[in-house]
Amino acid sequence: MSNTPSLPTTDSSQRRSPRAPHRVAPSPAPQLPRSGETQLSARQVKKSYRKGQVTIPVLRGVDLEVRRGEFLAIIGQSGSGKSTLLHLLGTLDAPDAGEIHFGGRRIDNLPARDRDALRNRQFGMIFQFYHLLPELTMLENVLAPQMIASGVFQYLRQRKAHVEAATQLLSLVGLEHRLKHKPRELSGGEMQRAAIARALVTGPEVLLADEPTGNLDHQTGREILHLLRTLNRAQHLTICMVTHDLSIAQEADRIVRLAEGQVVEA
Amino acid sequence: MYKFLLCWRYLRTRYIALASIISVTLGVATMIVVNSVMAGFSREMQTRIHGILSDVVLESQSMTGFFDPDRHMAMVRDIAGDDIEGMTPTVHVPAMLAFNYTGQRIVRPITLIGIEPATYGNVGDYSQYLQHPENQKNFSFSLRDGGYRTRDPNAKDAPERPQMEDAGWKMRRRRAELDRRWREEDARQAAELAAATAKLESPDGIVASPTEESVADPFKSAGATVEPEAAEFDPAKSTWPGIVLGIGLVNYQRGDGEEHFLCLPGDDVTITVPSASSMDTEIKGTYDFFTVVDLYESKMSEYDSSFCFVPLKNLQELLQMVDKPTGIGYASAIQIKLKPGVNPDVVRDKLRAAFPEFYSVQTWRDKQGPLLAAVQMETAILNVLLFLIIAVAGFGILAIFYMIVVEKTRDIGILKSLGAPGRGIMGIFLTYGLSLGTVGSGAGMVLGLLFALNINEIAGLLAWVTGQEVFDPSIYYFYEIPVDISPFTVSWIVLGAVAIAVMASVLPARRAARLHPVEALRYE
Repeated sequence: MSNTPSLPTTDSSQRRSPRAPHRVAPSPAPQLPRSGETQLSARQVKKSYRKGQVTIPVLRGVDLEVRRGEFLAIIGQSGSGKSTLLHLLGTLDAPDAGEIHFGGRRIDNLPARDRDALRNRQFGMIFQFYHLLPELTMLENVLAPQMIASGVFQYLRQRKAHVEAATQLLSLVGLEHRLKHKPRELSGGEMQRAAIARALVTGPEVLLADEPTGNLDHQTGREILHLLRTLNRAQHLTICMVTHDLSIAQEADRIVRLAEGQVVEA
Repeated sequence: MYKFLLCWRYLRTRYIALASIISVTLGVATMIVVNSVMAGFSREMQTRIHGILSDVVLESQSMTGFFDPDRHMAMVRDIAGDDIEGMTPTVHVPAMLAFNYTGQRIVRPITLIGIEPATYGNVGDYSQYLQHPENQKNFSFSLRDGGYRTRDPNAKDAPERPQMEDAGWKMRRRRAELDRRWREEDARQAAELAAATAKLESPDGIVASPTEESVADPFKSAGATVEPEAAEFDPAKSTWPGIVLGIGLVNYQRGDGEEHFLCLPGDDVTITVPSASSMDTEIKGTYDFFTVVDLYESKMSEYDSSFCFVPLKNLQELLQMVDKPTGIGYASAIQIKLKPGVNPDVVRDKLRAAFPEFYSVQTWRDKQGPLLAAVQMETAILNVLLFLIIAVAGFGILAIFYMIVVEKTRDIGILKSLGAPGRGIMGIFLTYGLSLGTVGSGAGMVLGLLFALNINEIAGLLAWVTGQEVFDPSIYYFYEIPVDISPFTVSWIVLGAVAIAVMASVLPARRAARLHPVEALRYE
């Protein structure tokens, strides 16, 4: 438990690596992350939206590299295309031109099935508005990616292990007392913590965070940021965070500014 | 797994969707009830018709019939002997039935059927429809002492028939005694009148005393009014040849809950038949007397109000359908009963091929084809209409599912961001549709079956609440609403409704599956 991150809201006796619990199915031994290596990159990525007859260019040839284990912040004004870039990196959307690479492999042109698997296994995503499923409890929300990843019987066979892992993740983010609660019964900070736990449950390599503190008060935002920082340091979890707030971005290892659809190093 | 979990949560939290399937429930329930009742009606009617008609009938097209029914039966046996269980010749002829009721002459058109009492019971359920228990077991055209049924034992709410209590010889003797006294009184009055007239007319005014002879035989003076046969016939001791009347010809309801009769077993009737033996173009009528020995109640009003049965021999004689030198008669039809499991159509086709066009060969279904086809057509049309109700329910589900998909747009975006594939999202809504369809149809099935099984109690309750008879047995063929629940029909109704619910959820599910994740996530 030497890797255990020190989290402000969690009982230290229950802390453990958030990346460990998801390894339910036997998988190859994880490679130790080599810092500095490019893990996720965008090459000359262009994206525009059509509104009726008018085409609005959002990204005009973005080149970006996210290095393994780094905490990268992308800042920019509203409408600068930060979220669009994050969605493209996370394969939620496809670029009009250019390429997205992950681990040395081009991913933007993969079949939908492979992109789904990538989002499920390799990327964790958190959003400004938490995006928890309102019908499910916190525990079920955190288990959702595992349910998506496996078939009914496979899931039921491994359910106990999955539940244990999800419970540990929720304790890690300080929500061990909220397992059975529905999202509407939680505060914004708690929902974002649950969203982080959900993003980590399948043991992703990259966490894509879209304005994770945008809907939280300053103090809670700081706590979330602290949690992300801890995960990044303790787990070597690559984090790519989009924010419009420079003070938040300054917590990151590196800041990239997006202006007029292009990257301007900060 | 998430599909089932979300589907279950949506089921538990979206009651509007449950409301949408109430129409499925009602549609399924109605279809089950209607199909069961129609099937019950059809089955009862077929059983009745089949009980009345034999499996296959070989008929002559001519009113004079065909000669030597025994030879015909031998021919039929040669052609399809292995398939035949029993045969009997019959004569069918339109006739007039006449009888007296409280001094009035009542005349009814009838179909007179001459039957062989020994064999006719073997080709159908004829004897089951008679009113005397002995006749049901062993039918004969002789009048019974009494013991006719005073109510239909098969029907729960059948009206009482108090008049049947003394039907038979008991009533006949009483009536004959009454007649005798009337005649005596008539004769006495006639004699007095004759004496008075004679006194007035005699020039010396001396009253001629009645002769010894006229006192001994008072009928003699009134003889002119009595028919010659009747004069030698003592109704208290003997009967005319027996006749079984269709109950519908003589019964009526007076509104006091009892069934009354214009004519009972033991009464005499006159039958007038068209004489068709001559080759004249003019059809003359001949008549004969018969004594009612039983009443025939098949519950098919069409038959009950037209059929009368008499012994074949008597009818042949009345119609002069007997070849005098040989004593061999004519018959108009041969009723054929087939062995169980034999297809009547096959036998019909064999006989059709063997007998010339002069004969008509029909199965009981052919004979009642239009009626059975009408019931079938009615069932089919009702099914189409009711299925449209479920289809309308399907559109309701479609609309509500569309609303739910719109409402859940952001959830769909979230699931997609978590790596859920399009077909998984589609699966949520298809499973949802399937669950709703199953719940709706299941509830409809339970409701429909409960309704169908207790339909008579429900009809009774409705009658009690509204004061209006829901099912009036006097209008229909049956005392109770007949129900025949077919597991096959119930299954296809339920499966059809489930299929409609699933089909209605396909479009919304496809829309959900095709939502763009980013747009879905941004949906407010």
